[in-house]
Amino acid sequence: MSEQVKVPEEEVVEARSPFSEAWEMFRRNHAAMAGLVVLILIVIAAIIGPPLYAVDPFEMVWAPFSPPGVDGFILGTDYLGRDLVAALLGGARVSLIIGLAAAFVTVAIGVTVGALAGFYLGWVEEVLMRITEFFQVLPTLLFSMVIVALFGASLPMITFAIGVVSWPPVARITRAEFLRIRELEYVTASRASGAKNFKLMFSVILPNALPPIIVQSALMVGSAILFEAGLSFLGLTDPNVVSWGQVIGSNRQYILDAPYTVTIPGLAIFVTVLAISLVGDGLNDALNPKLRQR
Amino acid sequence: MAFVQKFLIRVFYAVILLTAVLVLNFSMMHLAPGDVADTISQSMGGADQEVLDQIRAEYGLDQPFLVQLGRYIGNVLQFNLGYSYFFNTPVTDLILQRLPATLLLVFTAQIMALLIGVVLGVISARRPNGLASHFVTALALFGYAAPVFWTGILLLIAFSLKIQWFPVAGMQDVTVSGGFWVHALDIAKHLVLPAVTLGSVFLALYSRLSRATMMEVLGSDYVRTAKAKGLTEREVVYKHALKNSLSPVITLAGLQFSAVISGAVLVEAVFSWPGLGTLAFQSIIARDTPTILGILFFSAVVVIVGNLLTDLALRFVDPRMGGK
Repeated sequence: MSEQVKVPEEEVVEARSPFSEAWEMFRRNHAAMAGLVVLILIVIAAIIGPPLYAVDPFEMVWAPFSPPGVDGFILGTDYLGRDLVAALLGGARVSLIIGLAAAFVTVAIGVTVGALAGFYLGWVEEVLMRITEFFQVLPTLLFSMVIVALFGASLPMITFAIGVVSWPPVARITRAEFLRIRELEYVTASRASGAKNFKLMFSVILPNALPPIIVQSALMVGSAILFEAGLSFLGLTDPNVVSWGQVIGSNRQYILDAPYTVTIPGLAIFVTVLAISLVGDGLNDALNPKLRQR
Repeated sequence: MAFVQKFLIRVFYAVILLTAVLVLNFSMMHLAPGDVADTISQSMGGADQEVLDQIRAEYGLDQPFLVQLGRYIGNVLQFNLGYSYFFNTPVTDLILQRLPATLLLVFTAQIMALLIGVVLGVISARRPNGLASHFVTALALFGYAAPVFWTGILLLIAFSLKIQWFPVAGMQDVTVSGGFWVHALDIAKHLVLPAVTLGSVFLALYSRLSRATMMEVLGSDYVRTAKAKGLTEREVVYKHALKNSLSPVITLAGLQFSAVISGAVLVEAVFSWPGLGTLAFQSIIARDTPTILGILFFSAVVVIVGNLLTDLALRFVDPRMGGK
């Protein structure tokens, strides 16, 4: 039994974890909190919406072009008489799933390439950065259109096509962070105490490089949702699932008769991506308090 | 001389990059299910194995991968990107027909976004809490979150269906006849909405960055010195600060070329603009692989040329860049 020194209650300073500190900062940011609330509502709608609102988004349930609010269809029907509420709820699922999965692929490739380039330097860095440059020369949307067109429009292929063209910015940010951190003393210290390269990269340097990567990943989810919307607007989408971009694309010939069939799904994309970008900006302020100038 | 040398190195890199694009192109074509023989036999209404083999031998499809790749690159060097069985035209001709429309759209949007973006940035940097500054903040959010094709459709509904200021689609009105200027005016009218749609995304980026750099420059020592020696605010901003705040914005604009072309694909689809994006869309629906890959190659060329032009522009704005 070691003797404990009693510290008077009022002198105890709670050591706050960096996480709770960041959350404190985030909570005070009204725009970011609003974004978070909207985002949570969208996620809930995507999860419980389709089972609760049991209308098949592909089924022709009513007369075409029934305007919003008429005959019990809150958002109206499209050119084939399909219910737009069902399409929006189904589309939310696809958008969020592809957004998250594609952002995951993007970050996985980007962080690996950036970490290797920023850690090993020399010819490894040279080769990897040339490859990054190569991917930045190809227009992202065209490149992914080609991939989807050649190898089939399934959700996994679309996810892959978005991820494989979007990673260069993540790689650049990760590399820049690694270049900065690898020179810090604590890295030298763990290297001196015998840490292997792999451990240095992923458990010594990476945790400290995370803040900008997290912010970028959040924004990547938004970009991936926009990307998927663009592809499905052009008709490059899995024909078995409903998606927001595809609803816009298939209704756009009828904007004169029924503009709401195009404006409403577009608004859904806009609000979702806006919410994500507000959360991303909030994360940026909370995680990098020193870089608050913009 | 250092500049010429640097420029030549850039050109050398560009050639390597483009070769890599060709290798990637060809590998994708090779990996994708179905080949030219299948396409041709489909258009003939089906063929048996013997005919398929015959076609494959005729087009060299039975040769090893590297031989075919070498032949493909050799063909591209002679400006031959293959033949489009869907359009019944050589791919190069097809692309060169459509390229001017895309270039017109892309460069108009970029230049418009840059000019307005810098002006907005300067105005809002001088009054960080003014109306222009709030507008830039709102625009930055909108520009990031709004899908560009949706913005386009909204503008289309507002300014060519409701208020009939601009034409709904296309690049030229076939009924318009007259001299060069009549046609130029007609194209300009068609160009307004697509260019504004495409430019809005990048305007958001540029005005935000330009505000940030301008504010930084306005807080620097030499600006204080310039003010101290009695120059007016106006002179300080436009003679000293502006020039130094330009290069980050131009650098960003240079990096955006590939994004602008991606955006152009969607904008062209909305406004039926007869450029490469519309062609890409048509050839993807028709599964016309040579055309799709040719477009990918050409757009890489446009991006690289855009980057080189950006380098030149940077040198013009900031002579220090030449030495590096």
